Amino acid sequence: MTALTGTGGLARLILRRDRFLMPVWALFLGLMPLNFVAATEELYPTAAAQENYARTTGESPTFLALYGPMHDTSIAAIVAQRSGFIPVMVALFCALTVIRHTRTEEEAGRRELLGATVIGRGAGLAAALLVTGGAALAIGIVLAGGMTAMGMPAAGSIAFGLQLALAGWVFTAVAGVAAQLTEGAGAARGIALTALGGAFVVRMAADAGGEGNGLSWLSWLSPLGWGTRLQAYGGEQWWVLAVPAAAVALLVAAAAYLTARRDVGAGILPPSLGPADAAPSLSGPFGLAWRLHSRGLYGWLAGFAALGVVWGGVAGTVQDMVADNPDLEEIFSRLGGGTGGIVDVYFGTVMGMMGVIAAGYAVSATLRMRAEETAQRAEPILATAVGRVRWAASHLVFALLGTAAVQAVGGLATGLTHGLDTGDVGGQLPRVTAAALAQLPAVWLIAAVTLALAGLVPRFSAAGGWGALAVAAVLTLFGAAFQADQWLLDVSPFTHIPKLPAQDAELAPFAWLTALVLVLGAAGLAGLRRRDMATG
Amino acid sequence: MTAPTSDTPISVSGLVKTFGRTRALDGLDLTVRAGEVHGFLGPNGAGKSTTIRVLLGLLRADAGTARLLGGDPWKDATALHRRLAYVPGDVTLWPNLSGGEVIDLLGRMRGGLDPRRKADLLERFELDPKKKGRAYSKGNRQKVGLVAALASDAELLILDEPTSGLDPLMEEVFQDCIRQERQDGRTVLLSSHILSEVEALCDRMTIIRNGVAVETGTLADLRHLTRTSIDAELAAPPNGLSALPGVHDMRVDGNRVRCEVDTSRLDEVLRQLVSTGVRSLSSRPPTLEELFLRHYKDEVPAGAATAGEESVR
Repeated sequence: MTALTGTGGLARLILRRDRFLMPVWALFLGLMPLNFVAATEELYPTAAAQENYARTTGESPTFLALYGPMHDTSIAAIVAQRSGFIPVMVALFCALTVIRHTRTEEEAGRRELLGATVIGRGAGLAAALLVTGGAALAIGIVLAGGMTAMGMPAAGSIAFGLQLALAGWVFTAVAGVAAQLTEGAGAARGIALTALGGAFVVRMAADAGGEGNGLSWLSWLSPLGWGTRLQAYGGEQWWVLAVPAAAVALLVAAAAYLTARRDVGAGILPPSLGPADAAPSLSGPFGLAWRLHSRGLYGWLAGFAALGVVWGGVAGTVQDMVADNPDLEEIFSRLGGGTGGIVDVYFGTVMGMMGVIAAGYAVSATLRMRAEETAQRAEPILATAVGRVRWAASHLVFALLGTAAVQAVGGLATGLTHGLDTGDVGGQLPRVTAAALAQLPAVWLIAAVTLALAGLVPRFSAAGGWGALAVAAVLTLFGAAFQADQWLLDVSPFTHIPKLPAQDAELAPFAWLTALVLVLGAAGLAGLRRRDMATG
Repeated sequence: MTAPTSDTPISVSGLVKTFGRTRALDGLDLTVRAGEVHGFLGPNGAGKSTTIRVLLGLLRADAGTARLLGGDPWKDATALHRRLAYVPGDVTLWPNLSGGEVIDLLGRMRGGLDPRRKADLLERFELDPKKKGRAYSKGNRQKVGLVAALASDAELLILDEPTSGLDPLMEEVFQDCIRQERQDGRTVLLSSHILSEVEALCDRMTIIRNGVAVETGTLADLRHLTRTSIDAELAAPPNGLSALPGVHDMRVDGNRVRCEVDTSRLDEVLRQLVSTGVRSLSSRPPTLEELFLRHYKDEVPAGAATAGEESVR
């Protein structure tokens, strides 16, 4: 078949280009569930404790929705449930890999270079699908081998491995189709990831009500649901494999059909066009910054809302988990550092974590300013009547108000979910939201450090900004658990934020953290005004 | 240096800019007079873009003075930028903004643009304003930058190799536009290494090498400082010609002689030729390309600098 001439060579090219990335991801994703085995055994050493966990926490609606159904009470089944998000990551990895080696190559014009050599029309697609499908299989084999080696049942381990592999295969094929549809790789990624998001939401809806609920049939509509229907470690249903096999065959045939009928570089869908004239809102640096940041901000807002729903939902089960396991109570109170009820301590902890995540947004929004500069996109702006400080402010407003918005949404979603759970929306909503907003001075301080670096030593702004975040994150998330010294914990600004709602809102830390933010921010802006802008 | 007046929108003297150990600008002088199209010539890395970035207040000079439209390009940047428009040599666009949006945005940030002029320029440059930034080719990205700058009513245009990536037809449109700008009384600083473009458009030009201006003047001024090509068919083999000062690269083929003559020595050389008897004669002033290559082919900067010192001051 001449359409496939050169597939082998192209497959080797992909393997050569991904020789580090692919093995690292395959090992990471394949070995991650093995970690859960040891962790679960440590927390729930006896069969009775494991069964208790499986029947309570494991079957709470939050866990069912997030991770999928619990098929058994064995440690293997617990681990298989806890690994419920790994098929999503495998699918994500596969979809991105396929698009990177098909549509991205075409968009960059490298496909054209190869197309002029002795290479068949379908070879590029075939090579990407084969290599990526192979990587998904490798992840499954690593996992199945590892689980069996750790003494888990062999048949279940194979089914567990296949659960990962088939998620990878289906989304390899989905991405193969998506890559044919659009001219831009970004839009193709969007289509594939929307399909993945849809599959996740459908599976969540199917599983949240527990096994055999009225919506269970929905999981047949989700490729991620097919994996859970295999029932690894819970009476494997091998015939289910026919469904993903048929889906993959159909999708690959569709991709092959489309690739044979379109021009190189073109998509099946026409490229999207923009307006010929700018809207009145797009008339200055702030209008431009909104266009550059808004899509990302919406994503973060949606993510924080989802996180809030999950964390608010988990709050109700915290009481149960602690009843199961007194060690957890100690860990929580050490992390939360409070003396209030265990649920309030829990809120203090997760709002701190939310703050650390929001600081990630703050760093990325601040560095966007620097990225605009180094990509030479700031130059035409600064050659107009826009001054440097105004230009910088247009990006920094997202580091300041954007983080306030995501924390507010995260806090509201957490408080609302917990309030609905406990029938006390009026009481929970304000206090949990306040706990989320209390993190802001610490969040802003990380942004201010990034800004100070961008103004004074721009070369180190990315490394320094992400480095500051990493230090704060490690100390906040793990410092207490590893019983780090207080002076070390004090390095992270989040340590100084009172743990609302369990603790009182002391004003002093807010005041001096805010003062520090202002000093660093002013230093950064002063540096930005004085220094040379990056040249191309 | 002369006091900056409205007669000299750009006046730069002794400008020095270093990046680490590299001296990008090493005492550069540049004067652009009001209403002229001034060519700014030099190969890549000569310091053209660095000069322009200092003029735009994006880089801070280490020494020397620079005046732009009567103000300080660093301190008064924002106010001065209302009165100028700039096109970089490599226009980068935001991937999710259409070309039309970028044109309007840049125009509005400069203080407004004329929609009719925008429509007219879009048509002349055959640019589709609805495409997104990521979909434009190199040449079309340059067109976006050019339309944005030309649609404004700035009194000064600073163009840094604006036509890189444009096809010859569009180059022609660009040249028409610049001639129109000059008629309208605008001043243009046109950095370029396309010599035919500079030759066709510029009233005066400055040639820059290693961060120093080596020549400044009109094309006629520059030609005067250099050599004329002579190709003559004589009655007899040339005699005594090579002994004359100012004769270079002489090649003799029987009665035919070809040589380069310092333009200031042309009289003596012609007298010598006439004394032998001329059957046919063609002489050609040097093209800008020859002028330019002369400054860049010989690797001894001293020779170039000497020529520069004799130049129009």
